Parts: sequence; structure tokens; C-alpha cells
Amino acid sequence: MIRVHDLHKSFGQNEVLKGITEHIKKGEKIVVIGPSGSGKSTFLRCLNLLETPTAGEIYVDDELITQKKFNINKLRMKMGMVFQSFNLFPHLSVLQNLTLAPIKLGLKTPAEAEETAIALLKRVGLSDKANAYPKQLSGGQQQRVGIARALAMNPEIMLFDEPTSALDPEMVGEVLEVMTQLAEEGMTMVVVTHEMGFAREVASRVMFMDNGQIVEQGPPEQIFSAPQNARTKEFLGKVL
Amino acid sequence: MSQFFANIMSSVSGWWDEFSNEFYQNFILNDRWMLLVDGLSVTLTITLGALVIGLILGVLLALLRLSKNSILCGFAKVYLTIFRGTPLLCQLLIINYVVFSGINIPPVIVAIIAFGMNSGAYVAEIVRSGILSIDVGQTEAARSLGLNQVQTLRYIILPQAFKNILPTLANELIVLLKETSIVGYIALQDLTKAGDFIRSRTFSALMPLIGVAMVYLAMTTLLSFLFGKLERRMRANDSRS
Repeated sequence: MIRVHDLHKSFGQNEVLKGITEHIKKGEKIVVIGPSGSGKSTFLRCLNLLETPTAGEIYVDDELITQKKFNINKLRMKMGMVFQSFNLFPHLSVLQNLTLAPIKLGLKTPAEAEETAIALLKRVGLSDKANAYPKQLSGGQQQRVGIARALAMNPEIMLFDEPTSALDPEMVGEVLEVMTQLAEEGMTMVVVTHEMGFAREVASRVMFMDNGQIVEQGPPEQIFSAPQNARTKEFLGKVL
Repeated sequence: MSQFFANIMSSVSGWWDEFSNEFYQNFILNDRWMLLVDGLSVTLTITLGALVIGLILGVLLALLRLSKNSILCGFAKVYLTIFRGTPLLCQLLIINYVVFSGINIPPVIVAIIAFGMNSGAYVAEIVRSGILSIDVGQTEAARSLGLNQVQTLRYIILPQAFKNILPTLANELIVLLKETSIVGYIALQDLTKAGDFIRSRTFSALMPLIGVAMVYLAMTTLLSFLFGKLERRMRANDSRS
């Protein structure tokens, strides 16, 4: 589904990604872990071109998305993204947050979009908040709306950029629950997170990134119980 | 005691007689108040016309100024430098006597264009600051949903930016309204000019000029009040504190 070949990304002199080659298959639940500044978020943001790679190729469904003339908007419609800081649209109600893109992009009529949105809100347990504004919600509720908003585009793959890092501890659970449910339904997911419990439970594959490279990867049992690389061991020793 | 009251009464009534006579001379006689009404309508026409041009131009210039294209951005910068760096009266005279010299268009239109172009420069900087005040995460979220750059601006960034800059824009409108008082220089009879015209006829300056000032004050106060109300309503709408 996604093939990444020798991906490099630099911000000025600072090389954040130092050559990543990876293949993500349909239905996989990839969890990317690693210390801060290791390039996890940058890698994720390169996948939907929120960051433009400095070098390397990314193919999505066998289409080279890093070529110059590629229609980025088309690609992004099938890749949902959930942000650390939620980034809900504060001037729109929860329902409008979910319906804006499908309507304006001509994918759905307002009535259809609303129907889908209400169903999605029910799925994330926020049916009663449809007419509320984002600022009236708790962090956990906002992030669940963030997930529902991405799902409203009916994406083939979901990218999560540290979705629980900005939440109070007691709200982390409700968001992870929605994500776990999504994983069980078969969604292809790439999740950057510090929640090791989630990684262990949900991931089909865990990637450990350090210093701009994927240092080690494998099924969660292997990474968490028998890590091979010294840096992986060191990192897990600190966080577990 | 009764003499004292009689004195006061006679001086009050003397003052009153003088006041009502002045009032009659300046506003009633020959329907002079109609001059003020006509002047006010010129003032309001120019203000409204310039407001519309200024807003459109301001948004366009702000977008050019923020664009990554160095030619477009450079053009906007030069425009802003010229229109903010020279006196408005000077611009009005140049646009009337140089740019439109020999071309027969109504002076009200000339004034609207001149004030609109000037206001556009100031609105541009207000709008730009408004756009920059919106968190980059908003753009990223909108783009990640597949909205293109124009849709993102139109539906996500500008509505939020306008909410933030509303007080500053209101202030710009009030400044614009007051600044139109110089259009007498291109032979337009606006509110100020009408008051001055009455003064030249009645040889009494106080009443027509203070009267004109009071009309301006009433309009600017009303505008402040209306914008304050609008702002409160928009804030309540998304319950941001």
C-alpha cells in the first residue's frame, strides 16, 4: 500500500530522516516508537506530504506521490490524519468539523455528510456533542472528534501523530479505546506514540526509530520482550 | 430678590433668542440643513464605497504579501510602502488631477477609488496579521483532509482571522469615515465642506462647524457600538473567552 524508498528529510542543516526504506501493507497496524527528536513525526508527516521529502521516493498504491506534478489533495483524501494538538476548527461546530471537507470537496451532499457524521460521532461516543463547539469539549473528547473528522473522509489509511501526548492522563484511555476499535475493524494505521501498552496490544508491527533511522522492527512481542539492538534496549529500559 | 430673578430671566432669554436666531440662520433659512444632509450622503457614499474596495484590495494584497512568489510579494510590498508612506491628501490630489486628468468620471467615484486604494494598504496589514495569528495546525488539518490552498483559506483561515481582526477593522472604518473630510480639495461637497459652506454664508463659524463635528461623532459612536455588539455575538458563538 505504501512503499518508501531511501527517504531523506532535512530542515536546513539538520538532517532528520537519514534514509528510510519501508513497506506498509494493507491492514497493518504500525506503531512507531522512539526517543524525542528521532524523526518519528517527520516520517509520518512525509507520508501525506505535510513535509516535503528532501530526497527519496514514496509510492502509495503504486503511484509515485513524491513526483512534482502529483495531485496531493487527491492523496490526502484517502489518508486521514490525527494530530497531537487536535487542530479542530474552533469556529465550526463538531458536526460542521466533520461535514465541511466531504461537502466542500463534492464527495457528499450535505444531508449524506450529516448522516455519516452523526454515525461517526455515535461510534466515538459523542452523539450528544454534535452541536457543541470544540472549546466546550474536554481534550479527550476533542481528540475523538479529531479521529471522527478524519474518518468522515472514509480514508483507506489513518495516520496518528502522538494522538494522546497532549491529553491529561485520565483521558488517554478513551482515545486509545477508539483507536483500538478502529484497528479491530481492519483499518490500516500508522501510529506514532509513547503509549507502550497500546503498541504491545494493538500493533501488528512495531518500529523503533532513533536518530533518523528505523533501527529495529518486528512484532511487538519480539521488540518488547527480546529487543536485539542496544539502543532499543536502552530506550525500552527507560520507558517501560 | 425678584430683581435678581428678572435679571437672570432676561439674560437667559437673551441668550436663547440669540441661539435660536443663530440656529435659524445657519440651519433653517434657505433650507440650509439640506446642505448638511446632502453632504452627509456624499460622506457616507465615499466611506462605504472605499470600505468595499479597501476590504477586497486588502485581502488580495495580504495574500500577495504572504505568497511565496517573490514578484507578487514584492509588488504588494511596494504598494504598501507607497500608500502608507505618502499623505492621503496628496494621493487624492494625484489620483484626481494626474491619474484621472482629462477623463470624465464623477468626482465621487474618484474619491471612492482614492480612499479605497489607500484603505486597502492598511487593511492588508491588518488582514495579514490576522492570517498569521491562526495556528499553522489549522492549515495542516485542513490540508490533511484534502482541501486545497484556496479552500483552506476560504473556509478555515479567513473566517477565524476576520473574527480576530474585527476590532482593528472597525477602527480602520472609523478612521476612513473621518478621513473623507478632505474631499473638499477635489471640489466635492461632503459633510465638512457643507458646514464650511454654511459658515461662509452666515459668517458664524461656531454653529455649523460644531454641528458637523457632532454628526461625525454620532456616526463614529454608533459604529463603535454596532461593532462591539457584533464582536460580542461572534465570541459567544464559538464560546472562546
